[in-house]
Amino acid sequence: MHNAHAQAVSIGGIRAGGDLVARMQMTRGMHLKEAKRYVADRLGVTPFDLSDPVVMTEVRNELGFGRIHSYAISQPLQANQIEAKFNIARTLDVPINCVERFRERTGGA
Amino acid sequence: MTTEPRIPTRLGDGSFTAMTRSGIRADIVAGSEAAARRAKVPPLGDDEVDHLLEIYASPARFTGVDVGEEVVLSCDGTGMKTHATRIQDLQSYEQWMGADLLELCVGDYSLKVVRTILAYEAQYMHDAQLCTIAPLQYGVMPNLGLYSKPDGPCENWSALLPLGRIAEARAAAEEAVEMAVADMVKLADSQWEAGADAIDWDTTGASGDPEFLAALRATRIIRARYPDMGVQLGMAGEFVLGMHGELEWEGVRLAGLWPKDQLLLAQQAGATVFGPVVNINTGRSLAWNMARAVALIKPCMAVAEIPVHPNVGMGVGGVPMFVYPPGDATCRAAKSLVELLHVDGL
Repeated sequence: MHNAHAQAVSIGGIRAGGDLVARMQMTRGMHLKEAKRYVADRLGVTPFDLSDPVVMTEVRNELGFGRIHSYAISQPLQANQIEAKFNIARTLDVPINCVERFRERTGGA
Repeated sequence: MTTEPRIPTRLGDGSFTAMTRSGIRADIVAGSEAAARRAKVPPLGDDEVDHLLEIYASPARFTGVDVGEEVVLSCDGTGMKTHATRIQDLQSYEQWMGADLLELCVGDYSLKVVRTILAYEAQYMHDAQLCTIAPLQYGVMPNLGLYSKPDGPCENWSALLPLGRIAEARAAAEEAVEMAVADMVKLADSQWEAGADAIDWDTTGASGDPEFLAALRATRIIRARYPDMGVQLGMAGEFVLGMHGELEWEGVRLAGLWPKDQLLLAQQAGATVFGPVVNINTGRSLAWNMARAVALIKPCMAVAEIPVHPNVGMGVGGVPMFVYPPGDATCRAAKSLVELLHVDGL
């Protein structure tokens, strides 16, 4: 069921920019258009680009937002997981709870 | 006998049937009128009926929204030990399925069950946040019924009501509300400390107006205590059952509320995402069900100040009541809600 929904209507999560739009909706209560516009402006892309894995893979790579793991493309030198969320918080200019906790627990890293 | 060709489509239980294009159109009109009669909402206009007809009279196996019109998927229940550990499940949804949002939860999904393992769940959230990227919320269903005997400490209002012991039933429900609010806030406290991005009250109102009241009260407390924490409030049904009947939220009687009025209270309480629900009628066509769902949810969109994510899981929002909902039905439900209602997500 999830796959059908995802293929039919989803932005695509970290394959593209769906997690970024979701974050603005979830923590800021932004409507879809407002959230897409906000994220696109912060990333220097268009709202249309946010659901395009081709554009967004490059953007995520450049900004250190984390990408899909693939046996064909290893990214050991790039930010991922909690590291990526530090970069997302800074670029989107929104506090991310677990990033703040990480800072607290690592002496303000 | 008609010579009009028949198109494969499904009933609300998921089973295949075959209908003519004009038959599907008649069902769309009937579903819309059924919503208008019950909830006093406007029926769908001709353009909306035609739009749904194009979606449901198509024999295509799959369909979707136009490129660039994609929405956010809330993806509740993504981390509940479906095939591996819960963290691995979250990673699978993020890495393989492109989930926009993740949710940690336990299989039982009930608040009263989770309250006994708060520290373990907080630890799991902490660990999961270290190895995921997408926003990660913690989800439970308030499931107020578990607070009543024999599962819980309160008298059982469902047993008292048929006996005519109305005052005792109401008192028991009110006692359960107090306990649930305290548990919901404690859960939010522990999850926020662990790094959660949001809390999801799923299937709110399954036990009627007392449960909806508990979720509203907890949401207001959490919003004041943690301004940056998301609160998703998803409903259990299209209509708040009056298990108590006299409960109010700031002067509004909760029993009998339809989606628009549910939304108004959810956003007033401080929710950041609202999930309306319209239940499936298993004996009617999916076209009938979807027309009814669109007509019932449409009034929400005019007054929503927060994102609206209609529920489209098994048996709600035009998705058949079948444990493995067919993809052809699921994609039509998603496309219909996004294109006709311009929802913010699903």
